[in-house]
Amino acid sequence: MPELMQFLFSGLTVGAIYALVALGFTIIYNASDVVNFAQGEFVMIGGMATFFLYAAGVPLWAAAPLAIVAAVVVGIALHKLAIEPARGASVVALIIITIGASIFLRGVAQIAFDKQYHRFPAFTGETPFHVLGATLLPQSVWVMAGAALAFVLLWQFFERTLAGKAIAATAGNRMAAKLVGINTDRMIALSFALSAALGAVAGVLITPITLTSYDVGTLLALKGFAAAMLGGMGNPLGAVVGGLVVGVIEQFSAGLISSKYKDAVAFIVILLTLFALPHGLFGRGRVERV
Amino acid sequence: MVHLLLNSRLGSLVSLAVFIAVAPVAFPSVFYYEIGASIFIAALAVVGLNLLMGFAGQVSLGHAGFWGLGAYAVATGPTHLGIPPLVSLLAGLLLTMLIAWLVGRPILKLRGHYLAVATLGFGFLVTMVLTNEVRWTGGPDGMGVPRLELLGFIIRGSRMWYWTSAVVLLAGVWLALNLVDSPTGRALRALHDSQVAAAVNGVDVARYKLTAFTISAGYASLAGSMAAFSDGHITPTSAGFLHSIELVTMSVLGGMGSIIGAVVGAGLLRALPQILTSLHDYEQVVLGLTMMLIMIFLPQGILPSIAGRFGWRST
Amino acid sequence: MSLLHVDGLGINFGGISAVDDLTFAVPQGRIYSIIGPNGAGKTTLFNMISGIYRPGRGRIRFDGQDVTNHDPHQLARAGLSRTFQNLQVFFRLTVLENVMVGRHLHEPKAILAHALRLPSVRRANRECAEKAREFIEFVGLGSHIERTAGGLPYGALKRLEIARALASEPKLLLLDEPAAGCNSVETEEIDGLIQQIARKGTTVALVEHDMKLVMKISDRVLVLDRGRKLAEGSAAEVRSNPDVIRAYLGSQGQEAARAQG
Repeated sequence: MPELMQFLFSGLTVGAIYALVALGFTIIYNASDVVNFAQGEFVMIGGMATFFLYAAGVPLWAAAPLAIVAAVVVGIALHKLAIEPARGASVVALIIITIGASIFLRGVAQIAFDKQYHRFPAFTGETPFHVLGATLLPQSVWVMAGAALAFVLLWQFFERTLAGKAIAATAGNRMAAKLVGINTDRMIALSFALSAALGAVAGVLITPITLTSYDVGTLLALKGFAAAMLGGMGNPLGAVVGGLVVGVIEQFSAGLISSKYKDAVAFIVILLTLFALPHGLFGRGRVERV
Repeated sequence: MVHLLLNSRLGSLVSLAVFIAVAPVAFPSVFYYEIGASIFIAALAVVGLNLLMGFAGQVSLGHAGFWGLGAYAVATGPTHLGIPPLVSLLAGLLLTMLIAWLVGRPILKLRGHYLAVATLGFGFLVTMVLTNEVRWTGGPDGMGVPRLELLGFIIRGSRMWYWTSAVVLLAGVWLALNLVDSPTGRALRALHDSQVAAAVNGVDVARYKLTAFTISAGYASLAGSMAAFSDGHITPTSAGFLHSIELVTMSVLGGMGSIIGAVVGAGLLRALPQILTSLHDYEQVVLGLTMMLIMIFLPQGILPSIAGRFGWRST
Repeated sequence: MSLLHVDGLGINFGGISAVDDLTFAVPQGRIYSIIGPNGAGKTTLFNMISGIYRPGRGRIRFDGQDVTNHDPHQLARAGLSRTFQNLQVFFRLTVLENVMVGRHLHEPKAILAHALRLPSVRRANRECAEKAREFIEFVGLGSHIERTAGGLPYGALKRLEIARALASEPKLLLLDEPAAGCNSVETEEIDGLIQQIARKGTTVALVEHDMKLVMKISDRVLVLDRGRKLAEGSAAEVRSNPDVIRAYLGSQGQEAARAQG
């Protein structure tokens, strides 16, 4: 029993990260129909930039926000320089562009930072709690709380602020949004900025536990995508639920079956979802009109 | 004259053959034979990838997985099963195509991003198995590969591999060019433009996608086997994500819809690190930048764009 | 003798019934038109008949076979062909290649033979191209034969789809708004084409908005309203049916009456 509790805690912890990545996917996908394969790189930037600032002497409470800002800048640049110029391109072309962006960012990180694994200290120390017979790291609590807070803030942003509603409008019907005077390009750029921030926050939160390096982005993006698909592509609540489910299944499989194939769990989830639940848990279908 | 050559199937093939035959005259050292062989082997895989991505319009981000399967087949066959190298190559080819057929049947029902991610997942799964099953594959450090023996000759050294891989590439290009200009090729190009219209005209879309997928996996497997033989050693990275991306970049660079373009793309991407030797660290930056720039500014790829400038159509 | 028999056909999209309890038969060798306002379910009906949508209820019989859940390519093999309201042309292929794809079912399938370019394949390529040329000439696109389809004007593309659909030598040809967006000259030409096609023995089922065209060339007309059958009969019967007049023809009814003389 305590073993299972352990898996549950670690599952919810990584799951929270997958949820944040999945949310990032969802926001961009809803606003622009683009699946941003470079989403994982935002997480990487959050973690790596924070580390390098911290290593250069900047205190953690300043380094983290700076890293998040850096990620946001990269996100907006990605939109302006790679996505917008390719407006109207085919799905295959967009996939290749965002994958290209992901590889490019990895390459730049490799040069600007280095190829090592890094971490910085946990926010409130490393002494684990003992809950229900299992150990729980304080940082794990930070991760889960941080993710929950991010979700709530995001929800309020979309429900209550004008900018949030404008993005939602752009997501719902771009033409109509333009007609009522919404600058849809700016809204899409904003969605990239938001997703980048979410990713960077995830990176900052998780690095004390799982470490970071220049290439963590790829696998994270895939798992986040699996989560978004499981929840129903385009559904924010689904993204969160999907993330937690993928995380928990992954940790349980790693503990009970085999830890060598832990990363395969996400793909298996993807494949099962695609064939058993094509619209995910909460998604709605789209009919092709001929 | 050039336009006539590029425009016809036979013309392209002959031009390529002539170029390959004559190029060694300009080689300053034996090392260039090695680069040439490496280009031809990569080009073989990209020809197959073009059939899938450019003609049938199905994206594959895990194609190196098939390359890896072909590579490890010719390593494990002789080493663990006592099967002669050439037989291992053929067995690996058939086995890879079978796996492609089995995996392709369900995942080709997917479209766009979902297909892309599914293929990505496939590539990762292959890499994971190759890395984890140490007893068979030697784990992350890889394993050695015996020499290939063909008709009593042991193929060894850059020169022999240059000519061997050239012959295989030319054969592969010939087959691909034939396919493109056949009912199969038209069916694939049709389903790329409009799946529903192709179906309504009698094209069994699922079957043709699977065919393209399986054939392209075969090309990749053959390339992987040859790379393994010529290098003498393989590691799981040959099946890895970065390698898959490299293959896609070559395809995109040369033009997804062009068979000869595959060779151009492979040549450019393989030649680049040789020219700028300090480029190794910048490999990913260059790959990523290339993918983005080509897709934004030259979505047809280099060869068709140049041909288009002059009003030609390229094969 | 009816070539196509539709029985109690129905389909729902998101809780709304797009087509409901539809029963009719298309007699062989005739021109059968289907009319109704936008949203009446005409294209949905065609999509069900051609296997693109799976019907929720009812059955479809084609040439004696139950084809209700068949895939589009299976229906093509059975002798059914169609054009699309929103052009589904193979834009990156040439006009000739587009129509050659239409002949896909008449071509040899062996992939190995294709890859090796055996003499049989070369011969098949040539024969296919020749046959395709005939259909291209028939619809009047002979001068465009080597052009990439993407560069053609709208009216030519409409005719290209017809050539492609004819190339399979179907028993039943479904034309989904073949004259949509065409001016009166182009419409006349298409009207002439359709009549020629019917005269050659192909059964034609037609969805159209152009009342003049419909009333002029149809042998039988089916009127749909919100997915249900409103009326069915000869052009004259439908034209004078009070329900139909009240619901749809309105000013177009006077136009159609004038067209008839």
